[in-house]
Amino acid sequence: MNQILPWAANFAALCVILAMALAAVRMMRGPSAQDRILALDAFYINGMLLVLILGVRFGSAVYFEIALLLALFGFVGSIAMAKFLLRGEVIEP
Amino acid sequence: MTAQTLPLWAAVPAALLLVLGGVLAVISSAGLLRLPDFYQRLHAPTLSNTLGCGCVLGASLLYFSVSEGALMPREILITLFIAMTSPVTAMLLIKAGRYRERRANLDREPG
Repeated sequence: MNQILPWAANFAALCVILAMALAAVRMMRGPSAQDRILALDAFYINGMLLVLILGVRFGSAVYFEIALLLALFGFVGSIAMAKFLLRGEVIEP
Repeated sequence: MTAQTLPLWAAVPAALLLVLGGVLAVISSAGLLRLPDFYQRLHAPTLSNTLGCGCVLGASLLYFSVSEGALMPREILITLFIAMTSPVTAMLLIKAGRYRERRANLDREPG
């Protein structure tokens, strides 16, 4: 009927893919380790947004669980790596 | 139910929110790439963590609520989770960055 929502979803997906590419460039170029972790965190958030946009585009509720798991694993990974930079080990005795 | 069969009064705000979320994601990643210092770079992804995520999650909430015919509060879960975890990550990264910079300065000029 109306084609506005699929086109908006396509545009938003392209934008988020471009944002992921920029974050990946920063992750490869980053001068220090904390820059790389920050870029990886932004990369995870953008990937989660891409999965949510695909869920709107294809009208399926399955994508929501994938997005929730991506947000969770991104948070756990960033915390673990920041803790490793801070202390030299992830789980302190 | 695919994305074509949504009524127009719900499709237009959802499309606007999606476009705004995509543009905000690109702006925040461009800031992440272009800003010169680590502590300045830390500010850029917060834009897409709060407002970009909020826009896309609002569009998803609107789409699924209208297409299912009932309020679907699942997206609020992700919103709450992001709002809780993003400051924790930023604070730990700031602490790690300060610690590493101080230790590098101590290594460079001992005593």
